[in-house]
Amino acid sequence: MAELIGSGILYYLTSAGLIAIGVYGFITGPEILRRILALNIISAGIFMLMIVLAYRGGANPAITTDATILVDPILHALVLTGLVVAVSTTAFALALLARAKRHADASEQP
Amino acid sequence: MSLLLFDAMLCALLLMLALSSMLSRQLVDAIILYIAFGLLMALAWARLAAPDLALAEAAIGAGLTGALCFTALARQGLHAAGPKLSRQQRFWPGLFVLIMLTGLLLSLLQLQVQSGPLPAAVATQLDNSGVSHPVTAVLLNFRSWDTFMELVVLLSALLGTLKVTPPLTQRGNWALSRSWSQLLAPIVIFLAGYVLWAGASQPGGAFQAGALLAAGAVVLRLNKQLNWLHWQNGWVRLLTVIGLLVFSLVAIVAWLLPVIPAKPVWLGWPPAVAGAIILLIETFASIAIGITLTLLVVAEPANHPAVITHQRTEEGAHG
Repeated sequence: MAELIGSGILYYLTSAGLIAIGVYGFITGPEILRRILALNIISAGIFMLMIVLAYRGGANPAITTDATILVDPILHALVLTGLVVAVSTTAFALALLARAKRHADASEQP
Repeated sequence: MSLLLFDAMLCALLLMLALSSMLSRQLVDAIILYIAFGLLMALAWARLAAPDLALAEAAIGAGLTGALCFTALARQGLHAAGPKLSRQQRFWPGLFVLIMLTGLLLSLLQLQVQSGPLPAAVATQLDNSGVSHPVTAVLLNFRSWDTFMELVVLLSALLGTLKVTPPLTQRGNWALSRSWSQLLAPIVIFLAGYVLWAGASQPGGAFQAGALLAAGAVVLRLNKQLNWLHWQNGWVRLLTVIGLLVFSLVAIVAWLLPVIPAKPVWLGWPPAVAGAIILLIETFASIAIGITLTLLVVAEPANHPAVITHQRTEEGAHG
């Protein structure tokens, strides 16, 4: 645990940086597909923040199984749920994108 | 010290990959960089003591999202370049993001991290949950509502996707990739079964197993194997809802037949049979998750049964 005090801050910074990069891509990204990717990067940053909190917040000796590291299992479970929800929203967004593209193509060709 | 170096390298790589994915000129590059980003994310999860997430991210974040994005890209032409942004168009969003990042960092660094009461509650109740891995216990016993509603979300995403997707034109397949995928299939099924079984006591469980199954099935489906796997097949429809079905049936049975001590709780399992119930739900849930994720990637709309178009004529004109 002791050696992660420095790295904990490092991962904090990374998660904030990922959120910022994602927001930048979401605002500027010229193509819609890139905006969907940007949303995924934002969610990766948020998940990373939650996991760092789980790492530092799990000061609970009974949770550990191999006496290695203490973590908060509830945040892990929430992020696991979040990953699957993120991929299903991405799939739906991409399907909508494909449909919109088809409409645009159809209206271009008279 | 060497671990700190590793962390620094990993964080720098993650940030660089994300940034270059956002800034790259071509969408193909953006997607490939995103896949690499997902793989490194899995490494970061493993480093942050979250092996469950590492397993899920490697299959979902890198594999399935990449496949999804490539499918979407194939629909709109592989080298369709977007409009180029002027300096002004880049400056103001950049300034906004910098201000936001400063605020975010200031608030993050003030954060006092203390463990709340919940991890302790999980630890004391773990013996009654039927499994010994805390994450699985939280997912399928203590907070099974989350998992239940997640299956609902997956199913509704699938229904929406099938409703709106235009038919995907499939290209001719390649003999080498076909025989490789046939070689891969039994290994993937075996691994998924192992991950599912290991979930009771070690990292692993329904989501990871489902994601693995889906990854294998997508590879096979794109190589024109598994031809029964489309939405017209009634059995496939049954398989996509079977996770929810078994989950609700088990919940009703456990509710109506309370075991002696406590009063019945909706979606709460009696400790004596909790392990068996969780294994039952996980098995069907991972089948449902696997099939649903596969159909999300290789979505075929309801009224076009597996259309295979040989030539795309508008391809050359558009690209």
